[in-house]
Amino acid sequence: MNTFKLAASVAAMLALPAFAQSQLTVVNFGGANANAQKKAYYEPFEKTGTKVISVEYNGEQAKVKAMVEAKKVTWDVVELESPDVGRGCDEGLFEKLDYSKIGSKADFAPAAAVHECGIGIFVWSTVMAYNGDKLKEAPKTWADFWDTKKFPGKRAMRKGARYNVEFALMADGVKPEDVYKVLSTPAGADRAFKKLGELKANIQWWEAGAQPPQFLVAGDVVMATAYNGRIDAAAREGKNLKISWVNQIYDLEYYGIVKGTPNRDAAYKYLAFALGAGPQGEYAKNIAYGPTNTKALAKLDAKTLGNLPTAAANMKGGLEFNIKFWADQGEALEKRFASWSTQ
Amino acid sequence: MSAMAAASGVGGEVGSPELARSLRRAESRRRWTAISLTLPLLVFLLVTLLVPIAALLMRAVENPEVARSLPLTGTALSGWDRKAEPPAAAFAAIAKDLAGLEEGSQAGALARRLNSEVPGGRSLIMGTYRAATGDWKSLPAATDAELRERMLALDARWAELKYWHAIAKNASRWTPDYLLTSVDLKRSVDGGIERVADDQRVFGRILMRTFEISAIVMLACLLLGYPLAYWLSTLPARQANVLMILVLVPFWTSILVRVAAWIVLLQREGLVNKALMSLSIVAEPVALLFNRTGVIISMTHILLPFMILPLYSVMKSVPPTYLRAAVSLGSAPLAAFFRVYVPQTWAGVGAGGLLVFILSIGYYVTPALLGGPDDQMLSYYIAQYTNVDVNWGMACALGAVLLSATLVLYAVYRRFAKAELSLG
Repeated sequence: MNTFKLAASVAAMLALPAFAQSQLTVVNFGGANANAQKKAYYEPFEKTGTKVISVEYNGEQAKVKAMVEAKKVTWDVVELESPDVGRGCDEGLFEKLDYSKIGSKADFAPAAAVHECGIGIFVWSTVMAYNGDKLKEAPKTWADFWDTKKFPGKRAMRKGARYNVEFALMADGVKPEDVYKVLSTPAGADRAFKKLGELKANIQWWEAGAQPPQFLVAGDVVMATAYNGRIDAAAREGKNLKISWVNQIYDLEYYGIVKGTPNRDAAYKYLAFALGAGPQGEYAKNIAYGPTNTKALAKLDAKTLGNLPTAAANMKGGLEFNIKFWADQGEALEKRFASWSTQ
Repeated sequence: MSAMAAASGVGGEVGSPELARSLRRAESRRRWTAISLTLPLLVFLLVTLLVPIAALLMRAVENPEVARSLPLTGTALSGWDRKAEPPAAAFAAIAKDLAGLEEGSQAGALARRLNSEVPGGRSLIMGTYRAATGDWKSLPAATDAELRERMLALDARWAELKYWHAIAKNASRWTPDYLLTSVDLKRSVDGGIERVADDQRVFGRILMRTFEISAIVMLACLLLGYPLAYWLSTLPARQANVLMILVLVPFWTSILVRVAAWIVLLQREGLVNKALMSLSIVAEPVALLFNRTGVIISMTHILLPFMILPLYSVMKSVPPTYLRAAVSLGSAPLAAFFRVYVPQTWAGVGAGGLLVFILSIGYYVTPALLGGPDDQMLSYYIAQYTNVDVNWGMACALGAVLLSATLVLYAVYRRFAKAELSLG
């Protein structure tokens, strides 16, 4: 009898919050970025009366697709990489956003932040990073990254074709603005893979964003391609990791609302909150990713601003990741990468 | 059984039809009890194993996207010679089909399907779909030729034959394409089968690599596991049990924990490299991680118990007297071991080897975390197609390849094992 009472009261306690306040499931990529979102978005938003349940995933759109197809949607707001917003939108995985419930479109930059099915929440970039303790002279260009005579040692690069083919072309002398034009021709793709082949023996591949800073600190590699926020987070922990911003590839991260969610209203309230100038500024203070709400920039000091991918000095020579190109060519290029890596 | 035989014998003698009836009833009751006892297991197997496998095989040959979204186009292209530009009626059919799609997700699925056939198909289809359901709705009705002009004006790529070939080829409900691609073949424009271009040729190499890694891991497990299992089988039960726990504890530990532990041990500044350097065996740290070496070391460690356990159970059943008899009859101890003892353990070697090999070919997490791009096995690409590209047809076709490889291996083992088992 006692056990039954206990079980009943536990069940009541568990059920109570669900009745007392609504809840919202927000899916993120984990790591330092998720912690920054928790601090800037989830926790302050919970004070408005909606509990936020944080779920981590690794970008697997298969889960969203399975949920939408089975009409059992348990995720409400999902953090998305840019190619997945476009593809998911085409395939009806996400709600078409009603911007009147979020904010003024004019407040957001760059232009790509305002998408039919997702709103850009921050700008992040893939950059060249190195360990300031190990390299006396800073590498300045992607040609330096490829120059194993001047900078002997291994380089860490992301396992896959994405970003690497762009960097390879820039190392081969292609101007940033021409990269995607060259890459869309068969000869251009050949050129990129040939250039990657020159470095192949010196590449240590990484799979997760947390790896390149580890490799750099451990001395496994002398240079790495890395997400700028990860390098910044390591630098905040006192490691002497540095970023060379030349020809960075910047991209947007989005929030999308899963189609058919029962919590659509709460999801819109959350988006309106998280994309406000205050939370956006707070987010950028916690991790070096650029806010998309331009009004948030006024709330940041010069040092924080200088570390963001969107800072004018860092943007110089930067390349905007081309979602359209990758949506069309991605599968073929990744398959070619797999083939190339076995040769 | 014997009671039943006796009873039926009595029934036969007496010849009473009533007795025969009641016997039949008892027998059928027993049969139904037996069936109903195994039924839960059969249902369980059906629901969790056979149905999913059948669904997987179906998905590997299913091709509904084009047939479902472009029915008019399929008909319009049926008489096309595939050499010249398709008739204007085909252009018109696509425009009408796309305008008639009820929901966007269908266009998205079509775009994805054609894009995996011809890179660029996605933007072509989605662009035309947006126009057909948007701007073109308000335009007056047009003839076929005008619709053709309109499509070419929207996107000049409609003049390229490769997109039309992809549509025509996929107009039927079923396709061998996924399965062909998974063995680096493709259907050519005229319907024959040919090898894919060299820079797209990948799965044959990956399959070979999968087998190669599995074979090396199996051999390493055998070399390490055989002496250990032999030693364990000769120890008194108490000691053997204690040592067996040492084999089993890592076996019960989560695979991710063990992989993470290997990263700590094998990294450049890790324990193994530090030990090697302090013993002056190597001057520079050796690369043990993110290459084949790391994958093989940790897979061998993870799979070793699967080799030791069958070997140990077979070795326990080999009487030690045989070996002693051989030696006392004048054989050298080593020769006696290889000629008398080892042949009696073939069954264990076969079972352990097969178990390790089959488990190896499905490995995913360990190579993904410890290997480079050149060390990924087939499962990695299945996961890539499932999660990243969301091309489930391709993922299922690769799954089917893996499944048939496993079945072939098992059949080979059965042939081989039958001969061996008849010895015992």
